[in-house]
Amino acid sequence: MSGESDPQQVNGLQGPAPEERPHPSGRRNSQGIRIDPEVEAEPAPRRTVISALVENEPGVLAKASGLVSRRQFNIESLTVGTTTNPETSRITLVIEESEPGIRQVEKQLEKLLPVISVQELSSDAIRRELVVLKVPGNEPDKVQAVAQMYDGTVLDAGPRTISIEITGDEGKIDDAIDAFQQFGIRELARTGQTAMARGDVWTTDVEEERYERMHEDWRKQSTTANDD
Amino acid sequence: MSEQPPATFEESEEDTANDTVEIETETEIETPVSTGASSVIRALEVAGVETCFGVQGGAIMPVYDALYDSSIRHITMAHEQGAAHAADAYGIVSGTPGVCLATSGPGATNLVTGIADASMDSDPMIALTGQVPTAFVGNDAFQETDTTGLTAPITKTNYFATDSDSVGDTVGEAFAVSGTGRPGPTVVDLPKDVTNGQTDREPGKPRTPSTYDPPTEADSEAVEQAARTLERAEKPVILAGGGVIKGEASEELREFATEYDIPVVTTMPALGAFPEDHELAMEMAGMHGTGYANMAVTHCDVMLAVGCRFDDRLTGGVETFAPDAKLLHVDIDPAEISKNIAADVALIGDAGTVLEQLEDEMERAPDIPEWNDQCTTWKAEYPMDYAVPSEASSDDSPTSSRTPQDRPLRPEFVVEAMDEATSDEAIVTTGVGQHQMWACQYWTYRHPRTWVSSHGLGTMGYGLPAAIGAKVAEPEKQVVCFEGDGSFLMTCQELSVAVRENLDITVAVLNNAAVGMVRQWQDAFFEGRHSASQYPWVPAFDKLAEAFGAQGFAVHEYDEVADTIEAAVAYDGPSVIDFHIDPGANVYPMVPSGGDNGQFALSEDQL
Ligand SMILES: Cc1ncc(C[n+]2csc(CCOP(=O)(O)OP(=O)(O)O)c2C)c(N)n1
Repeated sequence: MSGESDPQQVNGLQGPAPEERPHPSGRRNSQGIRIDPEVEAEPAPRRTVISALVENEPGVLAKASGLVSRRQFNIESLTVGTTTNPETSRITLVIEESEPGIRQVEKQLEKLLPVISVQELSSDAIRRELVVLKVPGNEPDKVQAVAQMYDGTVLDAGPRTISIEITGDEGKIDDAIDAFQQFGIRELARTGQTAMARGDVWTTDVEEERYERMHEDWRKQSTTANDD
Repeated sequence: MSEQPPATFEESEEDTANDTVEIETETEIETPVSTGASSVIRALEVAGVETCFGVQGGAIMPVYDALYDSSIRHITMAHEQGAAHAADAYGIVSGTPGVCLATSGPGATNLVTGIADASMDSDPMIALTGQVPTAFVGNDAFQETDTTGLTAPITKTNYFATDSDSVGDTVGEAFAVSGTGRPGPTVVDLPKDVTNGQTDREPGKPRTPSTYDPPTEADSEAVEQAARTLERAEKPVILAGGGVIKGEASEELREFATEYDIPVVTTMPALGAFPEDHELAMEMAGMHGTGYANMAVTHCDVMLAVGCRFDDRLTGGVETFAPDAKLLHVDIDPAEISKNIAADVALIGDAGTVLEQLEDEMERAPDIPEWNDQCTTWKAEYPMDYAVPSEASSDDSPTSSRTPQDRPLRPEFVVEAMDEATSDEAIVTTGVGQHQMWACQYWTYRHPRTWVSSHGLGTMGYGLPAAIGAKVAEPEKQVVCFEGDGSFLMTCQELSVAVRENLDITVAVLNNAAVGMVRQWQDAFFEGRHSASQYPWVPAFDKLAEAFGAQGFAVHEYDEVADTIEAAVAYDGPSVIDFHIDPGANVYPMVPSGGDNGQFALSEDQL
């Protein structure tokens, strides 16, 4: 209707047309950051490890992984396992995101109710991954030699296949896989990385306090047990 | 309902160590708890719930049976989507979580749209869904759906109840979480064996879990930095978001803005957060915001944003959004900071508290008379106006011989006439489409919690069930619902509920015999190819209303507008006015999606 020119279609709105209006000089990039128009650089993504301490309740893993997928976070791996406290688990995520993206991952995870604490680990954190790979069994000595180079353990050896386990940081695992490529890797399974802060630093900020509290409870329990 | 004090969300004294928030309420204990279902209902009573909305069904029957003994009022809706929207609107208007109930399977899936709507708009709401008995879960039992799986991405959190003893406390926690901090919907899925199971455990007061700890005060260094930035600003604006209303910070906002003479722009959910008749009010910004609001947003050098999430309908393209502005962002949810627009100063905390902190920290007002003049000039330069074809003047045909088609009703005129005929405190609800935008633009909002709409999800059919929820929450206030013909057709069956409950609401259908917003976009961006956007089959809404037992009116001409509105508003019960508006009317100003707010179009040829 309004597509055709209708003399009744007087639009009551007035004012200078878009091209007659003043323009601001600034600009933001696609991430909403104010930028120098000369250098319209987007922040580069980097790979990092995020550790989340979570309540060990049903659905928590689904909630965390669902969050990562629906917000389109670029994720390399996600691992989960229990901690010293049977009521909590640790989820370790390896992500590749720009700086604002990493902050979003942290903050969105933190919003999930069963999530207790979230921390991006520093670059010196301890990171470990385990890979199991299976190669043909026709060159056992050579396979054994390569396995030794990477401190690998032979889990199973037979005339047709040899299975090896290797543990290490991501770089070492990648190198080992490359090295085994010469035999033709039949099958491969990687766990994804798990990680922990190095030295006298707690992995997430609530863990020290939780550790102290748990030990206090134990002490109390053992003293009341002695009293009886 | 309105006389009763709402549940307050306060830190409980005994439990501050655990950092939980406990909700203080007063209730009389009635029948003792005997089953999981009765503890669910008791938990609602303890939470101060007075009304809930729902639809019966197999898996939720134990809960309804327990409800039979309760003083909680239950309003049976025609469709579960209606129950969810009514509960959502109840939550928006009252500030405490609205409650809806549905059975498993289709009952739960019918709630999904309403839950998603509440989630996008951070509305307090709790949904209780029936579920097949635990032993059947996972077997594709009759009416089984994975409700917690379906609703995980659209809830603040959800729960699958596992035992009869704790189910009452779970419901209490769901209630507390929904209304505390940044509100949002929660769901408790209730397997039938859990609700049927025996228990005599009385649920405690609703409380949030210890892992949930929303911030209140912003970091003092950030407050200092923000105050220094604002003092030195030459072109500051305050951008008020829905968080101002949810955080009950409208008073603080008004004080702050008037003390420092800073113009206030609002987002759509914030309509009513700042009185639109105030001289500092620039009104709504964004895609269909006022020209002056969008000019102010585009040219400001400091933006104090309070409780908003920088949705793309507000920002347009982020590259051109307030490109010169240092952003001081107040929000209770840290994840909103720098999510879409990078904040220069993050003020994480409760809106009212942070505004007070800022006010305490400010040493002087910014010196901005020129900027204030500029804003006034923009208001004069880009007035919100529409042309009503005059009766006889401009053209030669005499008035008497003109047909209604010659002088089609302008929708903006209808909105203004409705505003005039009702009180300043009247609550407006809407569907989604052009009519919603005209309701934003041409109604003057003066008070928080008088604007109830579907912002983030944009759910057609929201208006009528929302009007029901709003009227139940505030029976003393007038409730006006603007609907489009397409949007109204999605939930008009809820008229049966309004009639049954004798709810005095007035529905104004702005009928253009089209899904007008789609038709407008087709004209602008699809070369006028009207694919599936014309509705020549619309029913006579006045007669439809009468079939339901409501009062129906139809209006074609300007002369009938005022009298009909008067009669409809005076009618004691639900009434529907079918306004046959100009089918070619379009919503302007308009910033095309992803566009530059400063380049808003005033008419189609500027797009
Ligand atoms: C549930 C749903 N379906 C589809 C849409 C897409 N949509 C947005 S506005 C609109 C047109 C609404 O038409 P109508 O209710 O007649 O209102 P008008 O725009 O004509 O005022 C449509 C189809 C939507 N927002 N919600």
